[in-house]
Amino acid sequence: MEIPKSFLGYKRENGRAGTRNHVIILPVDDISNACAESVANNIKGTIALPHSYGRLQFGADLELHFRTMIGTGSNPNVAAVIVIGIEPKWTKRIVDGIAKTGKPVEGFHIERTGDIGTVMKASKKAQEFVMWASEKQREECPISDLWISVKCGESDTTSGLASNPTVGNLMDKLEPLGVHLCFGETSELTGAEKVCATRGATKEASDKFMKTWSAYNDFILKEATDDLSESQPTAGNIAGGLTTIEEKAFGNFQKIGECKFIDVLEPAEEPKKGKGLYFMDTSSAAAECVTLQAAAGFNIHLFPTGQGNIVGNPIEPVVKLTANPLTVKSMGEHIDCDVSKILSREMNLSEAGDKLIETTLRVANGRLTCAEALGHKEFVMTKLYRSA
Amino acid sequence: MATDIIIHDKKDNVGVVVIEKITPKQDCKCWIMEDDSSTNIQSMDEIPLGHKIAMTDLKEGDTILKYGHDIGKVVKSIKKGEHVHVHNVKTKKW
Repeated sequence: MEIPKSFLGYKRENGRAGTRNHVIILPVDDISNACAESVANNIKGTIALPHSYGRLQFGADLELHFRTMIGTGSNPNVAAVIVIGIEPKWTKRIVDGIAKTGKPVEGFHIERTGDIGTVMKASKKAQEFVMWASEKQREECPISDLWISVKCGESDTTSGLASNPTVGNLMDKLEPLGVHLCFGETSELTGAEKVCATRGATKEASDKFMKTWSAYNDFILKEATDDLSESQPTAGNIAGGLTTIEEKAFGNFQKIGECKFIDVLEPAEEPKKGKGLYFMDTSSAAAECVTLQAAAGFNIHLFPTGQGNIVGNPIEPVVKLTANPLTVKSMGEHIDCDVSKILSREMNLSEAGDKLIETTLRVANGRLTCAEALGHKEFVMTKLYRSA
Repeated sequence: MATDIIIHDKKDNVGVVVIEKITPKQDCKCWIMEDDSSTNIQSMDEIPLGHKIAMTDLKEGDTILKYGHDIGKVVKSIKKGEHVHVHNVKTKKW
């Protein structure tokens, strides 16, 4: 298949391109959710991103909070941002971070005004932003403007056999065209970690990966009470035939094809070494992982599933694929790309990879994903430890 | 072309059922992805889609190989053609 060299995206002020054109209402903290949701209810075409945190966090956990907030607002799929927090200082820090992209952003704080006054002021600005954004047109952008993140979920053995290798095939075909790629799920590489480390493009990248994996593994061993048999693999994984974390890990690892990763990113850290594949230190929980990847600037997500994970994200479209024929039959409304014919050998891996590239480009050009049509907007902040 | 079981790597001692289920004493066609070769096996158990079958006799302490790699240890002996899962295999991690 001749791979298209371009897609239709929204060009942003900082040179990036978006596959979507969202105006978001971003609460800084949990207690500002109500205000943000009221604004989004008032002004049609905007979306609020409520979440559970942002108060009394400190140290690395607070830094991750800011990185996720600023990164989410900075994502090229977002045209403009309203930030609402209880206090002015942290609100301003997030506004200033997002403003570096050059996109319209304005902050409001609730103290000394109250919800109602803040909702009124923020709604007026949100109306202005959304009407401005509605005039933006899609333009031809080089395919290298795609930043593709991947994460699998509710995996079963069909994931490792077919849907994950399909993503790997896509990576092998798109990496030479200059796209950015990202995989994560640190704990779910357990058992395959040494093999994964050999896929570092440099010794530095390999060492950084092993250090990151070991730190996560130490944390799991410290917190684990008995074993992780209820969590990793999950009950869904086991129902689908996966027996051990090692088996899940080798299946998971198929997603990167033959590619080598050039750097290891902190959670929500923006890649800075140019095109190519990156590993990000993330949880393996779907919504947490996708939220971190979106905050790092990735503008389209590929999500292979076995038993049928249904996750979506408010700003990064999540393209689902599966090779499990029972999942296609029973949960078809969640599946954007059906590659189950690999199992019956009516389709080979390269054909499946081409089909996924085609689906990905249609979504990049604006076709809604199943998760978008069904209203999945899971925005889940990663929290490293208890607040002060 | 049609296959009942797919084996990732020729070193593997398990295969994955890729039809809705296989029944006891079924003669199953197996496809080995790595070198595009074929083999056969007779099943001992009913095994559903996505679950694994032992391609050889395995005893306690043996290593299960899939993708050509170690994915866990046998904790209860398994006969060729039997269902391989959490009742007879455990992780070596965690």
